[in-house]
Amino acid sequence: MTMAYAIHRTGESRSFPAGDAFLDGAAEDADVLVLLGVPYEPDPSRTAILIELGTECLGVHTGEAAGEEGSNALGFARYRNGGDPPSDLVELVRQPNTEERAIEAARAVFEGAGLTVAVSADRVGRIVDRLVRPKYNAALRLLDDGLAKAEDMDLACRLGLGYPDGPVERTVRGGLAYHHDVSSALFAASGQPGDAPARAAVVARARSEGR
Amino acid sequence: MTGIRKVGVCGAAGTMGSGIAIVSARAGFETVCHDVDGEGLERAATQTASFFARSVERGRMTEEDRETALGRLSPATELDALADCDLVIEAVFEDLSTKQALFRALNPVCKADAIFASNTSTLSIAQIASGCGREDLVVGMHFCLPAQLMKLIEMSPGLNTSEEAFAAAWAWTEAAGQTPVRTRDRPGFILNALLVPFNNDAIRAVEAGVASPADIDTAIKAALGYRMGPLELIDLIGLDTQILLSEAFYPITLDPRAAAPPLLRRMVAAGRLGRKSGRGFHDYEDSAMYGA
Ligand SMILES: NC(=O)c1ccc[n+]([C@@H]2O[C@H](COP(=O)([O-])OP(=O)(O)OC[C@H]3O[C@@H](n4cnc5c(N)ncnc54)[C@H](O)[C@@H]3O)[C@@H](O)[C@H]2O)c1
Repeated sequence: MTMAYAIHRTGESRSFPAGDAFLDGAAEDADVLVLLGVPYEPDPSRTAILIELGTECLGVHTGEAAGEEGSNALGFARYRNGGDPPSDLVELVRQPNTEERAIEAARAVFEGAGLTVAVSADRVGRIVDRLVRPKYNAALRLLDDGLAKAEDMDLACRLGLGYPDGPVERTVRGGLAYHHDVSSALFAASGQPGDAPARAAVVARARSEGR
Repeated sequence: MTGIRKVGVCGAAGTMGSGIAIVSARAGFETVCHDVDGEGLERAATQTASFFARSVERGRMTEEDRETALGRLSPATELDALADCDLVIEAVFEDLSTKQALFRALNPVCKADAIFASNTSTLSIAQIASGCGREDLVVGMHFCLPAQLMKLIEMSPGLNTSEEAFAAAWAWTEAAGQTPVRTRDRPGFILNALLVPFNNDAIRAVEAGVASPADIDTAIKAALGYRMGPLELIDLIGLDTQILLSEAFYPITLDPRAAAPPLLRRMVAAGRLGRKSGRGFHDYEDSAMYGA
């Protein structure tokens, strides 16, 4: 099922960079509104309002109410490994009382565009970064500890687990400074040592700031 | 080039040992299949014969190669049969005292320069070698499941392993058509050191209500191009095994990510072991084992 959607947009979107077919598929106006960089304003008359997120929670835009929050507003982000092109995954962020009708409409919009949808609670890192950033930090720390050469760690993951790429090559390709920023956001929320950016990421961020 | 001609596999009736014996015989090495379980060795021999038969059917092996490969395999329940092996690979139970006792018993039986290799997933190579009488000739040689299909071997020297022995064992893995990578004698080497905490994090995400198992698996596969999501993989490995792995690593590394999540223990207590019990993070209509 396809579902019409309108887009309000300012500047470049990480989910849908210029030229992305999703931008061309938008209608002038529709019951589902997609916000790319435009501030959120509540509008209960719409079926769903989809707010593109960075590392922040949806609650930053909508406000929260002690775990009772939820409306027709959802967050979303198309997963990207830093500077890599966007993947086919859209992480759809809901709150405890988000309207089911809004979730289904959002799913129809993104699946209609050929994307894959996974629904996440409103947590920093959502699903994928929450799981992979600590792993990449561990890989970078093990590299510092001399466990193995970077290329051997990557080869082991490709051959032993069938991954398309290994943790070190992937983190370096996506950008160590970017990895630093996502890990820092996770660490600020969780306080878990595994989320704290690894040394190599701290170095990359410092260098990118010219320190 | 490898100077190794004859190989012994201890635990050759087991999942890994039978696969390692196939790798060795297929690559042209006389291979003694040793196990304390004689009936198990017979079962393994039948499975090996059908594996080679399928390889012929699929054009990966000629009929002639099949016959010679089978002819290179000989079963044994006594350690004496390993006396003239140049390399003995153990894949017995994952238990330090069992592995130590085996290497200590092998030492007086085997040639003085024979190399002992351990397929351990979680134990220390230095500890397994300790007291065996040839610590300089003991190496870590960690195959992946299923060994007869997977090319990767994580190779690790113990603290007292000689570079010559390590190089000779390395050369044998290459001669056997495998791809070795060098790693250190640390819990989980590379793969399990990264995988076990990652899988625990996925369980913790379920427990914390971040997303359903299905959504987590969907997200990881679509975002990263993995063939299986972490919860599908844990269902395949077995939730009880995931606890054992966690318990092997956490007391040594004290990495909180390696600690078994409470939800994992509750699920095992409730009989949800994964595919093998028909239910884990996902439901399975049939509990047939994965792989051929
Ligand atoms: N199953 C895996 O996914 C996997 C992967 C990589 C490494 N490993 C490691 O390989 C080893 C074996 O694991 P498995 O899953 O094949 O176990 P398994 O239980 O299938 O096989 C173990 C075999 O060892 C035999 N055995 C026990 N004590 C013995 C002894 N003293 N002498 C000779 N034979 C003996 C048993 O009879 C059995 O046939 C373990 O160290 C394990 O950590 C397992």
